[in-house]
Amino acid sequence: MAQSLRGSAACVGLATAGVGEAPGRNAMELMAEAVIGALADAAIPLAAVDGLFAATAFHSMAAMSLAEHLGIRPAFSDGSNIGGASGMAHALLAAMALEAGQIDVAVIAYGSNQRTAGGFRSVSEPMPFEAEYGPRNPITAYALAASRYMHEFGATREDLAAVAVAARAWANLNPEAVMQGPLTVAEVTGARMISDPLGKLDCCLVTDGAAAFVMTRADRARDCPHLPVHLLGAATEHHHRMISAMPSLTTTAAAASGPRAFAMAGYGPAEMDTVQVYDAFTINTLLFLEDLGFCAKGEAKDFIGGGHIAPGGGLPVNTNGGGLSAVHPGMYGHFVTIEAIRQIRAAAGGAEGPRGEGGWIPSARLSLAHGNGGVLASQATTVWGHPDTL
Amino acid sequence: MSDDTRDPGPEARFRAYLAEGRFMIQRSASTGMHVFYPRVAVPGSGETDLDWVEASGRGTVHATTCNRRRPEQGGDYNVALIDLAEGPRMMARVEGIAPDAVRIGMAVEARIGEADGAPAVVFVPAEG
Repeated sequence: MAQSLRGSAACVGLATAGVGEAPGRNAMELMAEAVIGALADAAIPLAAVDGLFAATAFHSMAAMSLAEHLGIRPAFSDGSNIGGASGMAHALLAAMALEAGQIDVAVIAYGSNQRTAGGFRSVSEPMPFEAEYGPRNPITAYALAASRYMHEFGATREDLAAVAVAARAWANLNPEAVMQGPLTVAEVTGARMISDPLGKLDCCLVTDGAAAFVMTRADRARDCPHLPVHLLGAATEHHHRMISAMPSLTTTAAAASGPRAFAMAGYGPAEMDTVQVYDAFTINTLLFLEDLGFCAKGEAKDFIGGGHIAPGGGLPVNTNGGGLSAVHPGMYGHFVTIEAIRQIRAAAGGAEGPRGEGGWIPSARLSLAHGNGGVLASQATTVWGHPDTL
Repeated sequence: MSDDTRDPGPEARFRAYLAEGRFMIQRSASTGMHVFYPRVAVPGSGETDLDWVEASGRGTVHATTCNRRRPEQGGDYNVALIDLAEGPRMMARVEGIAPDAVRIGMAVEARIGEADGAPAVVFVPAEG
């Protein structure tokens, strides 16, 4: 079953809207703007959209609200919310619905005005048996995981900081990234402590922003103006909701979703030309590089040493600047996915906009986009590829 | 387990015990497995033969963080994950020590303290 899905659907259009600050616009307006932009990119009319996938912290029934705002009547929609992994999970659902013939054109969308609306917006109810202790989630949960990771593997705050420094270096090549300018390890470790061992610069940005992408079956995708980028593999898994119930604080469910997504794609970690992982906090990148098989457990600190995941290093990771330095409007998975796809389009000669030298990865044909939701809880791995990788 | 759905459920029972000053956890009669947080069945396998037993109160710090907060808002405070001697892990706070001096691996003992205005299990460094 999974193999029949391999490459059967492709992304044919994408767009973002309101990245950074979008004062005066609400979350729905931003999301709809991204949808209209993505459809224009795909040269597909709005009226052709019969599959709609959306989940936000602003709308309890986001797909319904978005369909109404757009004035469309989806034959199939889904608003399952697994946090920042939702975009990847929706891409898998869209591919399944397309393959099953339920729909012909899927739009996957997200929008948030959290920054101008007053700061981080949590989708979460208080966690039972945790809330009374005052965890400041999500950061407290990630801090607990980071504390354990450092204890088990001897990682330091400097190792965590290297993730933020690499992300900023990528952001400096990306004019679309919100944060620009030099950043040093000492600046990261010296920043105001929020929840030990995580300081302010170990944390993702709080921005506005919307993102949408369009998927169709491979046959139709060939008729669209941009290079179709195929969904070669996708898998999800989750095993907890509260950090106190996470089986191991140092191994996420990406250790399960990753291998399944790679098996479906027929490619492995070593074949990925770009790697986009959801970096809500610096610890994320270390955990996901390990759990997804780019290095062994506990060795990410050495793996990323010497600028290995920074521009000019051996493995391009979070090439837009990540949630740490590019954009983070609450649930960032859609942006992770879009960056993975754009790298492949750019390498094929697509006009993806200006980037500094090395910001677009030459000959990128395979990209990994990995989403993370909740407190290291839901994990969704996708592998995207150039048509030649089919 | 109660057979009557009008009786208090696991969370209500746990909190009622807490109000009496008792730290109670669940234990499956057939498997011997201890369960926390309170549930209607053993997670993963589904046995419903859960009895309440007094927790030993002995635990080990599995992970810890110090949430930084301005003094006028109450100051820094600890949040930790504690591995209970019986097996389950829980979130709690370690008291009686500076919030950023709590260390992973530290032996701790449970107390019935207060959190968020209600009785709650908190931990202090174990003596000896």
